[in-house]
Amino acid sequence: MILLRLFWEFFKTGLFAVGGGMATLPFLYAMSDATGWFSYAQLADMIAVSESTPGPIGVNMASYVGFTTAGIPGALVATAGLVTPSIIIILVIARVLSAFRRNKYVDAAFYGLRPCSVALIAAAGVLVVKIALFDFSLYAQSGRLVDLFNWKALALAALLLVLTRGVKKLKQLHPIVFILASALLGMLFSF
Amino acid sequence: MILWKLFLSFAKVGVMTFGGGYAMIPILEREIVEQQHWASSEELMDYYAVGQCTPGVIAVNTATFIGRKIAGDIGGVVASVGVVFPSVLIICVIAGILSNFADIPAVQSAFAGIRVCVCVLIFNAVVKLWKAAVPDKGALCLALLVFFLSVFFKPSPVYFVIFCAAAGILLTRWGVRGR
Repeated sequence: MILLRLFWEFFKTGLFAVGGGMATLPFLYAMSDATGWFSYAQLADMIAVSESTPGPIGVNMASYVGFTTAGIPGALVATAGLVTPSIIIILVIARVLSAFRRNKYVDAAFYGLRPCSVALIAAAGVLVVKIALFDFSLYAQSGRLVDLFNWKALALAALLLVLTRGVKKLKQLHPIVFILASALLGMLFSF
Repeated sequence: MILWKLFLSFAKVGVMTFGGGYAMIPILEREIVEQQHWASSEELMDYYAVGQCTPGVIAVNTATFIGRKIAGDIGGVVASVGVVFPSVLIICVIAGILSNFADIPAVQSAFAGIRVCVCVLIFNAVVKLWKAAVPDKGALCLALLVFFLSVFFKPSPVYFVIFCAAAGILLTRWGVRGR
Protein backbone atom coordinates (compact mmCIF):
# COMPACT_ATOMS: atom_id res chain seq x y z
CA MET A 1 0.00 0.00 0.00
CA ILE A 2 1.33 3.38 -1.02
CA LEU A 3 0.81 5.18 2.33
CA LEU A 4 2.71 2.51 4.23
CA ARG A 5 5.50 2.62 1.67
CA LEU A 6 5.62 6.46 1.90
CA PHE A 7 5.88 6.26 5.67
CA TRP A 8 8.65 3.67 5.46
CA GLU A 9 10.68 5.55 2.81
CA PHE A 10 10.56 8.79 4.81
CA PHE A 11 11.18 6.98 8.07
CA LYS A 12 14.46 5.72 6.57
CA THR A 13 15.31 9.26 5.39
CA GLY A 14 14.59 10.68 8.83
CA LEU A 15 16.71 7.99 10.42
CA PHE A 16 19.79 8.38 8.24
CA ALA A 17 19.90 12.04 7.12
CA VAL A 18 22.20 13.69 9.65
CA GLY A 19 22.72 17.46 9.68
CA GLY A 20 19.44 19.10 8.81
CA GLY A 21 17.01 19.54 5.92
CA MET A 22 19.49 19.74 3.06
CA ALA A 23 20.94 16.38 4.17
CA THR A 24 17.66 14.78 3.05
CA LEU A 25 18.34 15.64 -0.61
CA PRO A 26 20.52 12.64 -1.55
CA PHE A 27 17.87 10.39 -0.03
CA LEU A 28 15.15 12.01 -2.13
CA TYR A 29 17.12 11.49 -5.35
CA ALA A 30 17.56 7.84 -4.38
CA MET A 31 13.83 7.64 -3.63
CA SER A 32 13.04 9.00 -7.08
CA ASP A 33 15.21 6.26 -8.64
CA ALA A 34 13.79 3.50 -6.49
CA THR A 35 10.08 4.33 -6.61
CA GLY A 36 9.46 6.48 -9.69
CA TRP A 37 7.03 8.60 -7.63
CA PHE A 38 8.52 11.82 -9.01
CA SER A 39 11.13 12.88 -11.56
CA TYR A 40 14.38 14.80 -10.93
CA ALA A 41 12.78 17.86 -12.58
CA GLN A 42 9.79 17.67 -10.22
CA LEU A 43 12.22 17.32 -7.34
CA ALA A 44 13.98 20.54 -8.41
CA ASP A 45 10.62 22.36 -8.34
CA MET A 46 9.88 20.92 -4.92
CA ILE A 47 13.22 22.16 -3.59
CA ALA A 48 12.48 25.65 -4.91
CA VAL A 49 9.05 25.72 -3.25
CA SER A 50 10.40 24.24 0.00
CA GLU A 51 12.97 26.99 0.18
CA SER A 52 10.36 29.66 -0.63
CA THR A 53 7.84 28.71 2.04
CA PRO A 54 8.11 28.96 5.81
CA GLY A 55 9.09 25.94 7.88
CA PRO A 56 11.96 23.46 8.05
CA ILE A 57 13.07 22.52 4.53
CA GLY A 58 13.17 18.77 5.22
CA VAL A 59 9.58 18.84 6.41
CA ASN A 60 8.46 20.92 3.43
CA MET A 61 10.12 18.42 1.08
CA ALA A 62 8.43 15.47 2.77
CA SER A 63 5.02 17.17 2.65
CA TYR A 64 5.47 18.05 -1.02
CA VAL A 65 6.62 14.59 -2.09
CA GLY A 66 3.85 13.01 -0.01
CA PHE A 67 1.22 15.30 -1.53
CA THR A 68 2.43 14.66 -5.08
CA THR A 69 2.36 10.92 -4.47
CA ALA A 70 -0.88 10.45 -2.52
CA GLY A 71 -2.65 13.76 -1.82
CA ILE A 72 -3.22 15.16 1.67
CA PRO A 73 -3.01 11.76 3.44
CA GLY A 74 0.30 11.30 1.63
CA ALA A 75 1.62 14.64 2.91
CA LEU A 76 0.64 13.75 6.49
CA VAL A 77 2.08 10.24 6.34
CA ALA A 78 5.37 11.28 4.70
CA THR A 79 5.93 14.03 7.28
CA ALA A 80 5.06 11.67 10.12
CA GLY A 81 7.56 9.17 8.71
CA LEU A 82 10.29 11.79 8.51
CA VAL A 83 9.92 13.09 12.05
CA THR A 84 9.20 9.84 13.92
CA PRO A 85 12.86 8.68 14.15
CA SER A 86 13.94 12.19 15.26
CA ILE A 87 11.40 12.32 18.03
CA ILE A 88 12.21 8.84 19.34
CA ILE A 89 15.99 9.39 19.22
CA ILE A 90 15.83 12.81 20.88
CA LEU A 91 13.48 11.58 23.63
CA VAL A 92 16.00 8.84 24.44
CA ILE A 93 19.00 11.20 24.31
CA ALA A 94 17.18 13.81 26.42
CA ARG A 95 16.49 11.15 29.05
CA VAL A 96 20.14 10.09 29.15
CA LEU A 97 21.32 13.72 29.16
CA SER A 98 19.10 14.79 32.03
CA ALA A 99 20.34 11.78 34.01
CA PHE A 100 23.96 12.79 33.37
CA ARG A 101 23.47 16.57 33.41
CA ARG A 102 25.59 16.94 36.54
CA ASN A 103 28.26 14.58 35.24
CA LYS A 104 31.47 16.58 34.88
CA TYR A 105 32.31 15.00 31.51
CA VAL A 106 28.93 15.86 30.01
CA ASP A 107 29.29 19.39 31.34
CA ALA A 108 32.81 19.64 29.86
CA ALA A 109 31.59 18.30 26.51
CA PHE A 110 28.94 21.00 26.34
CA TYR A 111 31.53 23.62 27.21
CA GLY A 112 33.17 22.61 23.91
CA LEU A 113 29.91 22.21 22.00
CA ARG A 114 28.54 25.71 22.61
CA PRO A 115 31.27 27.56 20.69
CA CYS A 116 30.82 24.89 18.00
CA SER A 117 27.09 25.68 17.75
CA VAL A 118 27.59 29.44 17.42
CA ALA A 119 30.34 28.95 14.86
CA LEU A 120 28.12 26.63 12.78
CA ILE A 121 25.28 29.16 12.92
CA ALA A 122 27.70 31.93 11.89
CA ALA A 123 29.01 29.79 9.01
CA ALA A 124 25.44 29.13 7.84
CA GLY A 125 24.95 32.90 8.00
CA VAL A 126 27.94 33.41 5.71
CA LEU A 127 26.29 31.12 3.15
CA VAL A 128 23.12 33.24 3.19
CA VAL A 129 25.20 36.43 2.95
CA LYS A 130 26.89 35.07 -0.18
CA ILE A 131 23.54 34.42 -1.86
CA ALA A 132 21.65 37.44 -0.56
CA LEU A 133 24.17 40.29 -0.77
CA PHE A 134 26.46 39.30 -3.64
CA ASP A 135 25.98 38.33 -7.25
CA PHE A 136 28.84 36.00 -8.13
CA SER A 137 27.36 34.79 -11.42
CA LEU A 138 26.91 38.32 -12.79
CA TYR A 139 30.46 39.21 -11.71
CA ALA A 140 31.85 36.10 -13.42
CA GLN A 141 30.07 37.15 -16.62
CA SER A 142 30.98 40.84 -16.74
CA GLY A 143 34.18 40.87 -14.69
CA ARG A 144 33.28 44.30 -13.31
CA LEU A 145 33.68 44.70 -9.56
CA VAL A 146 30.49 46.82 -9.31
CA ASP A 147 28.49 43.80 -10.44
CA LEU A 148 29.80 41.68 -7.58
CA PHE A 149 27.66 43.52 -5.05
CA ASN A 150 23.91 43.45 -4.92
CA TRP A 151 23.59 47.14 -4.03
CA LYS A 152 19.86 47.15 -3.22
CA ALA A 153 20.34 44.19 -0.88
CA LEU A 154 23.39 45.79 0.77
CA ALA A 155 21.42 48.99 1.38
CA LEU A 156 18.58 47.02 2.96
CA ALA A 157 21.03 45.03 5.09
CA ALA A 158 22.66 48.25 6.34
CA LEU A 159 19.26 49.74 7.13
CA LEU A 160 18.13 46.61 8.99
CA LEU A 161 21.39 46.44 10.91
CA VAL A 162 20.98 50.01 12.13
CA LEU A 163 17.29 49.52 12.97
CA THR A 164 17.68 46.20 14.82
CA ARG A 165 20.83 47.12 16.73
CA GLY A 166 20.79 50.90 17.05
CA VAL A 167 17.21 51.93 17.68
CA LYS A 168 16.08 50.91 21.17
CA LYS A 169 12.34 50.75 20.56
CA LEU A 170 12.70 48.74 17.35
CA LYS A 171 15.04 46.21 18.99
CA GLN A 172 12.11 44.96 21.06
CA LEU A 173 10.04 44.15 17.97
CA HIS A 174 9.48 40.56 16.97
CA PRO A 175 11.86 39.40 14.19
CA ILE A 176 8.86 38.54 12.00
CA VAL A 177 8.13 42.28 11.67
CA PHE A 178 11.50 42.80 9.99
CA ILE A 179 11.07 39.67 7.85
CA LEU A 180 7.70 40.84 6.52
CA ALA A 181 8.95 44.40 5.95
CA SER A 182 11.91 42.99 4.00
CA ALA A 183 9.60 40.83 1.89
CA LEU A 184 7.55 43.94 1.05
CA LEU A 185 10.63 46.02 0.20
CA GLY A 186 11.94 43.12 -1.88
CA MET A 187 8.73 43.15 -3.93
CA LEU A 188 8.55 46.96 -4.17
CA PHE A 189 12.09 47.36 -5.44
CA SER A 190 12.12 43.99 -7.30
CA PHE A 191 15.24 42.57 -5.70
CA MET B 1 -3.11 24.14 29.22
CA ILE B 2 0.60 23.61 28.78
CA LEU B 3 0.40 21.15 25.85
CA TRP B 4 -1.79 23.51 23.86
CA LYS B 5 0.62 26.36 24.64
CA LEU B 6 3.55 24.24 23.47
CA PHE B 7 1.76 23.38 20.26
CA LEU B 8 0.85 27.01 19.55
CA SER B 9 4.30 28.40 20.33
CA PHE B 10 6.05 25.89 18.11
CA ALA B 11 3.49 26.31 15.34
CA LYS B 12 4.36 30.02 15.50
CA VAL B 13 8.07 29.18 15.25
CA GLY B 14 7.34 26.90 12.29
CA VAL B 15 5.37 29.53 10.42
CA MET B 16 7.97 32.26 10.98
CA THR B 17 11.03 30.24 9.98
CA PHE B 18 12.11 31.07 6.45
CA GLY B 19 14.99 29.12 4.96
CA GLY B 20 16.08 26.22 7.11
CA GLY B 21 17.08 25.35 10.64
CA TYR B 22 19.58 28.13 11.31
CA ALA B 23 17.02 30.80 10.38
CA MET B 24 14.96 29.42 13.26
CA ILE B 25 17.51 30.49 15.88
CA PRO B 26 16.48 34.18 16.10
CA ILE B 27 12.80 33.17 16.26
CA LEU B 28 13.45 30.52 18.94
CA GLU B 29 15.46 33.06 20.94
CA ARG B 30 12.46 35.37 20.95
CA GLU B 31 9.60 32.89 21.39
CA ILE B 32 11.12 30.22 23.62
CA VAL B 33 13.88 31.99 25.56
CA GLU B 34 12.61 35.55 25.97
CA GLN B 35 8.83 35.20 25.91
CA GLN B 36 8.07 31.78 27.40
CA HIS B 37 11.30 31.28 29.41
CA TRP B 38 11.19 27.58 28.55
CA ALA B 39 14.95 27.36 27.99
CA SER B 40 18.08 29.49 28.34
CA SER B 41 20.31 30.59 25.45
CA GLU B 42 22.88 28.03 26.62
CA GLU B 43 20.34 25.21 26.55
CA LEU B 44 19.22 26.28 23.10
CA MET B 45 22.80 25.93 21.87
CA ASP B 46 23.20 22.56 23.57
CA TYR B 47 20.08 21.29 21.82
CA TYR B 48 21.22 22.75 18.53
CA ALA B 49 24.61 21.02 18.81
CA VAL B 50 23.01 17.67 19.63
CA GLY B 51 20.46 18.19 16.84
CA GLN B 52 23.32 18.67 14.36
CA CYS B 53 24.77 15.23 14.97
CA THR B 54 21.59 13.22 15.45
CA PRO B 55 19.55 12.19 12.43
CA GLY B 56 16.56 14.17 11.25
CA VAL B 57 15.41 17.75 10.82
CA ILE B 58 17.15 20.08 13.29
CA ALA B 59 13.99 22.12 13.93
CA VAL B 60 12.17 18.96 15.00
CA ASN B 61 15.08 17.79 17.15
CA THR B 62 15.15 21.12 18.98
CA ALA B 63 11.37 21.18 19.40
CA THR B 64 11.40 17.65 20.86
CA PHE B 65 14.10 18.63 23.38
CA ILE B 66 12.30 21.73 24.62
CA GLY B 67 8.85 20.10 24.59
CA ARG B 68 10.15 17.18 26.65
CA LYS B 69 11.79 19.51 29.14
CA ILE B 70 8.52 21.41 29.68
CA ALA B 71 5.94 18.61 29.62
CA GLY B 72 7.62 15.20 29.42
CA ASP B 73 7.61 12.80 26.47
CA ILE B 74 4.11 13.90 25.38
CA GLY B 75 5.37 17.49 25.38
CA GLY B 76 8.21 16.47 23.06
CA VAL B 77 5.77 14.93 20.60
CA VAL B 78 3.34 17.87 20.80
CA ALA B 79 6.06 20.50 20.24
CA SER B 80 7.34 18.57 17.22
CA VAL B 81 3.87 18.24 15.73
CA GLY B 82 3.46 21.97 16.32
CA VAL B 83 6.64 22.93 14.49
CA VAL B 84 5.76 20.86 11.39
CA PHE B 85 2.02 21.57 11.30
CA PRO B 86 2.14 24.90 9.41
CA SER B 87 4.56 23.42 6.85
CA VAL B 88 2.25 20.56 5.95
CA LEU B 89 -0.69 22.91 5.66
CA ILE B 90 1.10 25.51 3.54
CA ILE B 91 2.74 22.96 1.26
CA CYS B 92 -0.56 21.16 0.63
CA VAL B 93 -2.20 24.42 -0.37
CA ILE B 94 0.67 25.46 -2.62
CA ALA B 95 1.16 22.03 -4.18
CA GLY B 96 -2.58 21.77 -4.77
CA ILE B 97 -3.19 25.23 -6.22
CA LEU B 98 0.02 27.02 -7.17
CA SER B 99 2.36 24.48 -8.67
CA ASN B 100 4.47 27.29 -10.19
CA PHE B 101 4.65 29.20 -6.89
CA ALA B 102 8.44 29.46 -6.83
CA ASP B 103 8.54 30.91 -10.38
CA ILE B 104 6.30 33.91 -9.64
CA PRO B 105 8.49 37.03 -9.91
CA ALA B 106 6.86 38.71 -6.88
CA VAL B 107 7.56 35.61 -4.78
CA GLN B 108 11.18 35.55 -5.91
CA SER B 109 11.61 39.25 -5.05
CA ALA B 110 9.94 38.80 -1.67
CA PHE B 111 12.31 35.96 -0.83
CA ALA B 112 15.34 37.89 -2.02
CA GLY B 113 14.26 40.54 0.50
CA ILE B 114 13.67 37.97 3.23
CA ARG B 115 17.13 36.47 2.70
CA VAL B 116 18.70 39.87 3.37
CA CYS B 117 16.73 40.10 6.60
CA VAL B 118 17.72 36.56 7.59
CA CYS B 119 21.42 37.56 7.20
CA VAL B 120 20.95 40.42 9.64
CA LEU B 121 18.87 38.39 12.10
CA ILE B 122 21.45 35.59 12.13
CA PHE B 123 24.23 38.13 12.65
CA ASN B 124 22.36 39.58 15.64
CA ALA B 125 21.69 36.10 17.04
CA VAL B 126 25.36 35.16 16.70
CA VAL B 127 26.48 38.32 18.51
CA LYS B 128 24.06 37.55 21.32
CA LEU B 129 24.84 33.84 21.61
CA TRP B 130 28.58 34.51 21.37
CA LYS B 131 28.62 36.11 24.82
CA ALA B 132 27.10 33.01 26.42
CA ALA B 133 28.98 30.44 24.36
CA VAL B 134 32.49 31.85 24.32
CA PRO B 135 33.50 32.63 27.91
CA ASP B 136 37.27 32.11 27.59
CA LYS B 137 40.24 31.73 25.23
CA GLY B 138 39.84 27.97 24.79
CA ALA B 139 36.25 28.38 23.62
CA LEU B 140 37.32 31.26 21.38
CA CYS B 141 39.87 29.01 19.63
CA LEU B 142 37.24 26.30 19.10
CA ALA B 143 34.71 28.79 17.72
CA LEU B 144 37.19 30.33 15.27
CA LEU B 145 38.48 26.92 14.16
CA VAL B 146 34.98 25.58 13.47
CA PHE B 147 33.92 28.81 11.75
CA PHE B 148 36.82 28.97 9.30
CA LEU B 149 36.94 25.25 8.55
CA SER B 150 33.23 25.11 7.93
CA VAL B 151 33.19 28.24 5.73
CA PHE B 152 36.11 27.11 3.57
CA PHE B 153 35.85 23.32 3.51
CA LYS B 154 32.17 22.61 4.34
CA PRO B 155 32.60 19.17 5.93
CA SER B 156 29.66 17.53 7.69
CA PRO B 157 28.87 19.28 11.00
CA VAL B 158 28.94 15.86 12.66
CA TYR B 159 32.77 15.91 12.70
CA PHE B 160 32.86 19.33 14.37
CA VAL B 161 30.36 18.29 17.00
CA ILE B 162 32.31 15.14 17.92
CA PHE B 163 35.64 16.99 17.86
CA CYS B 164 34.37 19.88 20.00
CA ALA B 165 32.77 17.61 22.59
CA ALA B 166 36.13 15.82 22.96
CA ALA B 167 38.00 19.14 22.98
CA GLY B 168 35.69 20.45 25.70
CA ILE B 169 36.51 17.48 27.92
CA LEU B 170 40.27 17.74 27.27
CA LEU B 171 40.43 21.52 27.77
CA THR B 172 38.59 21.10 31.07
CA ARG B 173 40.92 18.32 32.22
CA TRP B 174 44.00 20.33 31.28
CA GLY B 175 42.67 23.24 33.30
CA VAL B 176 42.50 25.59 30.32
CA ARG B 177 38.78 26.24 30.91
CA GLY B 178 37.95 29.53 32.57
CA ARG B 179 41.24 31.19 31.69
